[in-house]
Amino acid sequence: MEGNKHFLVGIFNDQDILLKAVKKIRSEGVKIHEVYTPYPVHHLEDALGYSRSRMPVAAFFFGLTGTILAILMQTLMMGVDWPMNIGGKPFVAIPDFVPITFELTVLLAAYGMGFTFFITRGLGPTAVPTIFDIRMTDDKHVMAIDLAENKKSEDEIKQILSDAKAEEAYRKDFTEEEFSPTFGKYLIDVLTNGVTVSSRKLN
Amino acid sequence: MQIVSQVREPLITGGKTYKDVTDDICKPVEAAPSKIWLAALTLSLVLLFAGGYFLGDMLWNGIGRWGLNKTVQWAWDITNFVWWVGIGHAGTLISAILLLFRQKWRTSINRSAEAMTIFAVICAAIWPIVHMGRPWLGAYWVLPLPNAFGSLWPNFNSPLLWDVFAITTYFTVSLLFWFIGLVPDFATLRDRATSKVSRIAYGIVSLGFDGSAKTWMHYESVSLILAGLSTPLVLSVHTIVSFDFATSVIPGWHTTIFPPYFVAGAIFSGFAMVLTLMLITRVVYKLEDYITLEHIEMMNIIILVTGSVVGIAYITEFFIAWYSGVEYEQYAFVNRMSGQYWWAYWSMMTCNVISPQLFYIKKIRTSFVMTFFLSIVVNIGMWFERFVIIVTSLHRDYLPSSWLYFTPTLWDIMCYVFTFGLFFTLFFLFAKVCPVINMAEVKAILKDSNSTVYKGRRTIPNELVPEKDRV
Repeated sequence: MEGNKHFLVGIFNDQDILLKAVKKIRSEGVKIHEVYTPYPVHHLEDALGYSRSRMPVAAFFFGLTGTILAILMQTLMMGVDWPMNIGGKPFVAIPDFVPITFELTVLLAAYGMGFTFFITRGLGPTAVPTIFDIRMTDDKHVMAIDLAENKKSEDEIKQILSDAKAEEAYRKDFTEEEFSPTFGKYLIDVLTNGVTVSSRKLN
Repeated sequence: MQIVSQVREPLITGGKTYKDVTDDICKPVEAAPSKIWLAALTLSLVLLFAGGYFLGDMLWNGIGRWGLNKTVQWAWDITNFVWWVGIGHAGTLISAILLLFRQKWRTSINRSAEAMTIFAVICAAIWPIVHMGRPWLGAYWVLPLPNAFGSLWPNFNSPLLWDVFAITTYFTVSLLFWFIGLVPDFATLRDRATSKVSRIAYGIVSLGFDGSAKTWMHYESVSLILAGLSTPLVLSVHTIVSFDFATSVIPGWHTTIFPPYFVAGAIFSGFAMVLTLMLITRVVYKLEDYITLEHIEMMNIIILVTGSVVGIAYITEFFIAWYSGVEYEQYAFVNRMSGQYWWAYWSMMTCNVISPQLFYIKKIRTSFVMTFFLSIVVNIGMWFERFVIIVTSLHRDYLPSSWLYFTPTLWDIMCYVFTFGLFFTLFFLFAKVCPVINMAEVKAILKDSNSTVYKGRRTIPNELVPEKDRV
């Protein structure tokens, strides 16, 4: 069917076998769609050739915004809009503004970065994940290879996967709707007990 | 092949596999509520409502219901505030500072400790709000909102206002850090859920997390930066809390040692509360393989260190009072030790300075019963510390004719009970709907820190180690 997605799914049991496998499979010219792991596996992003996360950059600029806003707020309120004589001290007493400036820097950096993370990764209450194998949030590392992105045939890739010590390798097909489900569809599926693709059966 | 480590004990015992980790930690969340949990929740709710009645009565009739008098204008309210905030600090220390120091043993306890932080800060925040007397006007006093009450903006030179910003930032950032840590575990629960309601509910809170390598990469980066931001944040929060006292001119309060001494005390009491909660959770949820004696011993060592820091701070304060040559300062400290509140001072010294020194003895710091007992003793001591600082410094002010003795009323006690009810209600609800141990992080350390890979060099007495794990 047009628009359907065809994947080969490789299941790995161990993080070190997975790391070696990713390198080996990529060196044989197979394009990996994505690897799903139940916990962060260090150096996996290097093996997959991803460029470094720029979240710290986002944090820095959000933090800087916080610093500037806090200094502006305090100097304008205390120094310009409504100066108050407190024991004859200067209206704009910079050392006194340090704590709140620091707090607002941290607040904006943390929330700015957090929401940058959620938005760029498409995470949100109505986001529906595409589950290649139900064990990927439990105990197995799951590698998805998009057959449309690769010139090699299904059997060739299957052979490469098993050479790379994949525990299992099987084909998984999604319709367009199943591959990127909407929240409404997901809700209806769960409620009518149809259960979205690959989900565990409901009682 | 099993190696004998010369330096450390395995962190996860019992030869657990990844699957076991998921099953063991999800089980209490997925199972029907146990009788012991229901009983605990009922007890907390009783405390919450009983205390809530008195709190409501206090708000209706005013803070005259408390035992405050002309001289002692701050007593249990601010004591409780500082005590609860201090307790919160351990969670951030475990999740942020120990992450930066790459301490793997934090993974089993960070989730509950962070939850404890959030609930403790909620309990703390109640006190400054209700002690304002008319809290419904409070927003104008503490937030820069345009208003018509006189001076237009709050006073940004005041440590009390810094405190508002510090506590709110601390609460919101801790909440974010905790929630981001929960997302992968909610995803695990979503994929395991067998009922419609829990699948949809965990589906919503897991934000569609799928554990892809790219998401984990950003996730790790976000965690690291949040830890880096939380570390100075947590130190700043108790520093600013101590400024509430240290920037005043009250003898006994305006001491430059307050910020480091308060921070050490906060971590000290926080770890004690973490131990109190974890020792119970560990037994009730059968998590003995995840929270081992090694974890308990590590926490006890931190209690020993911070307890000693606090002890040195007490002695330094005395020395500086004498050395300063200021007779009012000297009087404040002599009065603490031998005045009307001598009993509070000596309770504080016994609980905070003497009792944690028992942890030098290996048998005591690896004993569950003694750890549990001392964790409660430490928290009693830390409550007295704040009481001593606040009440004994205030009850002898500049005018001897107004010197009074503070006695708590039923409202003082019951409002404190209310915060206990709130804290435990929130904690028990958390323990039912969230995994109490961070599964993803435990799995990440499982491969090289489990008891199948290596055994410890008997840093723990052999008779306490389960038969199968003995060297």
